[in-house]
Amino acid sequence: MNLDQTIRARLAPLAPSAIELADDSADHAGHAEAMRHGGGHFSLTVVSEAFMGQSRVRRHQSVYALLSDLIPGHIHALQLRTLTPDEF
Amino acid sequence: MSANDRIREQVTSNPVVLYMKGSPAFPQCGFSGAAVQMLKACGVDRFQSVDVLADPEIRQGIKEYSNWPTIPQLYVNGEFVGGADIMREMYQSGELQKMLETAKA
Repeated sequence: MNLDQTIRARLAPLAPSAIELADDSADHAGHAEAMRHGGGHFSLTVVSEAFMGQSRVRRHQSVYALLSDLIPGHIHALQLRTLTPDEF
Repeated sequence: MSANDRIREQVTSNPVVLYMKGSPAFPQCGFSGAAVQMLKACGVDRFQSVDVLADPEIRQGIKEYSNWPTIPQLYVNGEFVGGADIMREMYQSGELQKMLETAKA
């Protein structure tokens, strides 16, 4: 499984109705910390009913918890949007 | 003093605290730089910034304090507000300006 597939599989507990994942690493290739860690820069949008009634912090914490062992080794930076189906 | 105690003291003794990589004048990461720009755009010129690259104990401790794995992190009136993405969403909706208005007084 590549990293893209791994990230999508990890989000399964949230039963997402949509996942948008983009690898932005090329935009940051020269950046000192990215070089040191070797991890990629990703933009991730997760759409899930599980986020209903939750604060933004709580939603992001749910996603980070599922990906925690990938940060910062595989994922150096993650631009994250968490939406309910209504907000999407 | 443990990292946790130092962080608690920092966020409760200053109304606006930004944990970031580098300094406001010389941010070492694009997300930290964006966080500084948003604070300034909200009219917050004076805020406490903490360079986590200069303090490994705080760098690790802040992730545990907020249960949040990334930098930057914004605290207003002792409360964790979020990272760069949440700041951007709140800035675009006007919520960040409102929240910081209360902290500037």
